[in-house]
Amino acid sequence: MVALATAFKPAATGASLDVKGVSHAFDIDGSVLPVLDDVSISVASGEFVALLGPSGCGKSTLLRLVAGLEPPRAGTLDEDGVAITGPYPSRVVVFQDPTLFPWRTVWDNVALGLEAQGVLKTQRHRVDAAIDLVGLGAFRKAYPHQLSGGMAQRVALARALVNDPRILVLDEPLGKLDSLTRITMQAELVSLWQRNGFTALLVTHDVEEALFLANRVIVFSDRPARVTADITVDRPYPRHRGDPHLAELRRQILRLLGLDATW
Amino acid sequence: MPTYSASEISSLGGDRETALIAGDGGLQFVNKLRFSITGIGAGLAWLAFGLSCLRWPDIGDWPRTEAVAYTAFAIAGGIAIATTAQAALGKFGDGVQRRAPWLFALGVFLTLWELATAKFGWLPLPFFPPPQSIVEVYTDDLPKLLDSAFASVKLQLGGYFIGAVVGFLTGVSIGWSRLAGYWVHPILRFIGPLPATAWLPIAFFTFPSAWSASTFLIALATGFPVTVLTWSGVASVSTAYYDVARTLGAKPSFLVTKVAIPAALPHVFVGLFMGLGASFAVLVVAEMIGVKAGLGFYLQWAQGWASYNNMYAALIVMSLLCSGAITLLFKVRDRLLVWQKGVVKW
Ligand SMILES: Nc1ncnc2c1ncn2[C@@H]1O[C@H](COP(=O)(O)OP(=O)(O)O)[C@@H](O)[C@H]1O
Ligand SMILES: [Mg+2]
Repeated sequence: MVALATAFKPAATGASLDVKGVSHAFDIDGSVLPVLDDVSISVASGEFVALLGPSGCGKSTLLRLVAGLEPPRAGTLDEDGVAITGPYPSRVVVFQDPTLFPWRTVWDNVALGLEAQGVLKTQRHRVDAAIDLVGLGAFRKAYPHQLSGGMAQRVALARALVNDPRILVLDEPLGKLDSLTRITMQAELVSLWQRNGFTALLVTHDVEEALFLANRVIVFSDRPARVTADITVDRPYPRHRGDPHLAELRRQILRLLGLDATW
Repeated sequence: MPTYSASEISSLGGDRETALIAGDGGLQFVNKLRFSITGIGAGLAWLAFGLSCLRWPDIGDWPRTEAVAYTAFAIAGGIAIATTAQAALGKFGDGVQRRAPWLFALGVFLTLWELATAKFGWLPLPFFPPPQSIVEVYTDDLPKLLDSAFASVKLQLGGYFIGAVVGFLTGVSIGWSRLAGYWVHPILRFIGPLPATAWLPIAFFTFPSAWSASTFLIALATGFPVTVLTWSGVASVSTAYYDVARTLGAKPSFLVTKVAIPAALPHVFVGLFMGLGASFAVLVVAEMIGVKAGLGFYLQWAQGWASYNNMYAALIVMSLLCSGAITLLFKVRDRLLVWQKGVVKW
């Protein structure tokens, strides 16, 4: 229990994230599709926050704004108090599809960020370390088409972690994995987060996953997404799936999502 | 089925087991001999070809008939030995064995061809020369043929290289930059589909030499498909790849060279293959019309003398060169695109 308590304390290397009054919309064939409606979220340094919401409500869009891939129509996003104006490797995204570059080996995929930043020559050991971290040391020279879905997602995770991100943005990274691989990788994510101390922002459609991983669970409405609940999960790590407190929180969240009738 | 009759064959260095069994190193080699039906058949077909050359008198004057016959016998023997001793000959033996059915078909074809032309004249003569008269071209007119082949290769390589490089760069720029696309796209649509040979008369007047004109035309024929396919390759790269690279800190130059181009490479190679085919056509026409060198010119010249054997000989060389060029391109592609699964084997 002592270990659990210390593990709960987030490390200090993560950046804080402030989403203030962010609204966003897409133009589709001349009509405007509102996607985010005045979303405000404040994530403390080293916190693990899960975003839950109905499919298509705008979660991925919010993550793209956090990553700096698009500017918001209204509102501001700050990393450690500094406005986010574009992508930067301190905020790395792991997408739902691993999106590995098929023409690169596992090693070269993981090395992508360091290569793009021009520091690969002096930092090669970090690539090896990241690959070992996700347990794919034997597959350095494999090409993506030779990997299983779970292995590919691990490579994507290593590709993100090698940059030592201060905010790790995860967009349903485990959504397409089989349930056994998913459970393994959830545990790995927790230990990686505890070890590295980054701030984590995880989109998931799996309530249990959110409760197993996150300090806080933020629930969104249907599109356009608004924050409908911000639930603190005040349980130590590693968590147990049978924890009655988590079961109660799950009931609560499912009710917020309008799914309580099925449970 | 092992054959023990050849037990005199010298030892290849028997291993411990053979020594235990027979104390005779030769046995190990003999154990490896296997008669193969296809191998013997192919040998017989070539034997038949050689015999058909000698059995009847030629109906024309061809000095190489006997030499061809003896070469055919040698090949027949070679095939028979190589397929029988296949296991001992390693890769070479396997190669011959694998090709034995084809060697058989070739032997049969040559025999029929020999009979139909040189011996009984079933096919009208100047247009269908017998094998020995084509061989005669290779033995007696070789320097000229080699010169022509060399000239063709030089012209083709230069034009193809220029066309491929320019086409690739143009394709990448219009795939990447909206501005480049705005200016180049209409020109490409206007000029690209025009067969490069349509430029021939103009090109030969406006360029300082027939050689430079032909180089330009070959480059043009190569450049268009390479441009279009490179462009479409770059344009069809999934934006997800760019998103990933950008969040990892990639600058635009990195996105072009390390994302767009590698992702487009399979398309580029389709363009390079199409360009190769198109440029062969231009090369031959250009050589026939303007350049006084090369295999196209050789063909034209041979036609002037109605020496059909020279034309067939040149055609065979041309086909080997074109096929060789395509094989080479496939090799390059397979090297660069090892990451693709299920690539077509040439
Ligand atoms: N680039 C885009 N252009 C137009 N519409 C988009 C774009 N990206 C997302 N959308 C729309 O925005 C809505 C929210 O999408 P998304 O953020 O991906 O939802 P999710 O919460 O499932 O991740 C969807 O209706 C989607 O169709
Ligand atoms: Mg999504």
